[in-house]
Amino acid sequence: MPEKTAQTRTIAVDMVARVEGEGALRVTVKDETVQDVELRIFEPPRFFEAFLRGRHYEEVPDIVARICGICPIAYQMSAVHALEQIFGLRVEGALRDLRRLIYCGEWIESHALHVYLLQAPDFLGYDSAIAMAKDHAAVVPRGLRLKKAGNAIMTLLGGRSVHPVSVKVGGFSRVPLRRELEGLKDELLWARDAAVDTVRWVADFEYPDFAPDYNYVALRHPDEYPLNEGQIVASTVLQISATEFEQHFVEHQVAYSNALHCTVQGSPYLVGPLARLNLNHDHLTPLAKQVLTDRRIALPLRNPFHGIIARSVEILYALEESLRLIERYETPPLAALPVAVRSGTGMACTEAPRGILYHRYEVDGDGVVRDAKIVPPTSQNQFRIEQDLRLFMPRLLHLPDKEAALACERVIRCYDPCISCATHFLNLDIRRESST
Amino acid sequence: MLDQSKDVNERRRPSLAVFKFASCDGCQLSILNLEEDLLAVGQALDIAYFPEASSDMKPGPYDIALVEGSITTAEDAHRILSVRKQANVLITIGACATAGGIQALRNWADVEAFKRTVYPSPEYIQSLSTSTPISEHVHVDFELWGCPIDKGQLLRIVTDLVAGVQPRLPADSVCLECKRRGNVCVLVARGIPCLGPVTRTGCGAICPSMGRDCYGCFGPSEGARKGPGLPPNTASLAKHFHGELQLIPVEVMRRFRGINGYVLPFRAESDLWESKT
Repeated sequence: MPEKTAQTRTIAVDMVARVEGEGALRVTVKDETVQDVELRIFEPPRFFEAFLRGRHYEEVPDIVARICGICPIAYQMSAVHALEQIFGLRVEGALRDLRRLIYCGEWIESHALHVYLLQAPDFLGYDSAIAMAKDHAAVVPRGLRLKKAGNAIMTLLGGRSVHPVSVKVGGFSRVPLRRELEGLKDELLWARDAAVDTVRWVADFEYPDFAPDYNYVALRHPDEYPLNEGQIVASTVLQISATEFEQHFVEHQVAYSNALHCTVQGSPYLVGPLARLNLNHDHLTPLAKQVLTDRRIALPLRNPFHGIIARSVEILYALEESLRLIERYETPPLAALPVAVRSGTGMACTEAPRGILYHRYEVDGDGVVRDAKIVPPTSQNQFRIEQDLRLFMPRLLHLPDKEAALACERVIRCYDPCISCATHFLNLDIRRESST
Repeated sequence: MLDQSKDVNERRRPSLAVFKFASCDGCQLSILNLEEDLLAVGQALDIAYFPEASSDMKPGPYDIALVEGSITTAEDAHRILSVRKQANVLITIGACATAGGIQALRNWADVEAFKRTVYPSPEYIQSLSTSTPISEHVHVDFELWGCPIDKGQLLRIVTDLVAGVQPRLPADSVCLECKRRGNVCVLVARGIPCLGPVTRTGCGAICPSMGRDCYGCFGPSEGARKGPGLPPNTASLAKHFHGELQLIPVEVMRRFRGINGYVLPFRAESDLWESKT
């Protein structure tokens, strides 16, 4: 047995900024090869699935919104679709369009926030968008105004952009008048042009050369880019409905993290803008396709750093889709379909800004929730983030501690980890062992 | 209070820090949703510590600390003490920090059972059995209610502090704002169990304006019945829900046990109706 001398190097970042999640990273290196990568997420558990039990189904949209302040509509949409499956309701026509529209608003605000405020500073070498604004006087206000356009859609339809109040089983508590929607048009037209500029802007960033072998997972709908409806598909052979989700996607708990690891067919997978775009780019608008062609951006995108490009393309798509939906809108006769309560179990999956979000509810004959299960996109991506860090790590080992840690942070930021986590804390602990 | 040198031009830019505990980040997002005003705030104040928005994190002390989220872990109960030490003025932002938030529903439950519901290996999960507001742990100078907060109120309070004005926040009920907006009362005209009469104003009466009931996300109002600082008449509203609107006790209990369910006037009312179920 050769004697081992362990050489431990600790790189500590007190906090990863511009991500939403509290994590520590532990990397074990032996003979200059990466042995082990543990990304720990210290999300103080808030037990939503547990306290939904005993609540009335009508309260569910207001409660689950509070899981995430950045993507409340995603939680509300997955919830109402799962509950409507139980009650045998299908929301069609103008109400379906309004749901798609408010979801577009959320994609725009969430993606613009990430592109401009959270990730762009990495590529341009700043600590924050506020610092970036000093040298990029035109760019930051453009991002803020884009975000505001998304918020304006959500506010008109939902009353406010954080935790909107109008989404309910069967439809909405109030639907807008056509002229109210038309009032958004000028700003959305400006935003569409700004979104084209955004795609061009991010396409010119310098990206590290990195292309892991991904299994992408997203919704797929025959006629449209997916938001609220579609089959769950993957790069590998998979095409299932949301009702079969739990038979294919497995959550494992790992000792070092409060998040659960998800696998499909035994392996990690990726959800979110990159996965959606690669599996659905045929449903993009001609303008979005044209911008990609002009910038020679070839699909599929295989580099996680290109997530910012995918997000920017989706901002453009969501703006064009919003304009299309507004153009054809006629105020529906009813704001919500009547609900006939019955007991049962329902599941739904919708495309949150960060990827597929699965909900399952079981309600009794009084409409009271007996059981709930929620699988958010970030916990689905966590295992994949670890794998990518493992692959990316070797090229960082020669760097001084601080720079290696910053590079790891930049990798983690690519995935836009979702907000409802506690304080950001990345403590990168590289353990080096060498056999001598 | 903050540095109030006579000459405005000689004043040091006050520093601002934003801290997060257990929450959904919606109130921090409300800060970012100030949009163009965000850049103005960045000029008027030194944003010294705001990890969500900047990787430039300066050490304390800070003139103003905004605190989002509730205390749910032993570690956080310890951390809030150090935040208090570093803050000249501490302002809680949102229902979690001010009242324990929606996750305070755990305070009526068996948290060990909760852990078993959510996690296959509950022994790995470190969590307190309660979710408590910041004011149960340290002194709080100002409270901004709301789930989420109203960004206009946030801008107002920060502006007042910087200008050396004593901040005043409205505490009367949503009904007053609702009437000013010209809404038809959803409680009286449609028989919907609206919490507006006992809920603090500040949101702009959003829910009734959107054709639905207020669900109390700005917490209990003050002073409508007996004067400033005194609780609203939840008992009377609860009786109306039960008697006139035919809600059974468990439904009345759920009305008050929501986003701000752990704050005393709502907590007491929900406990009373739970005892009748």
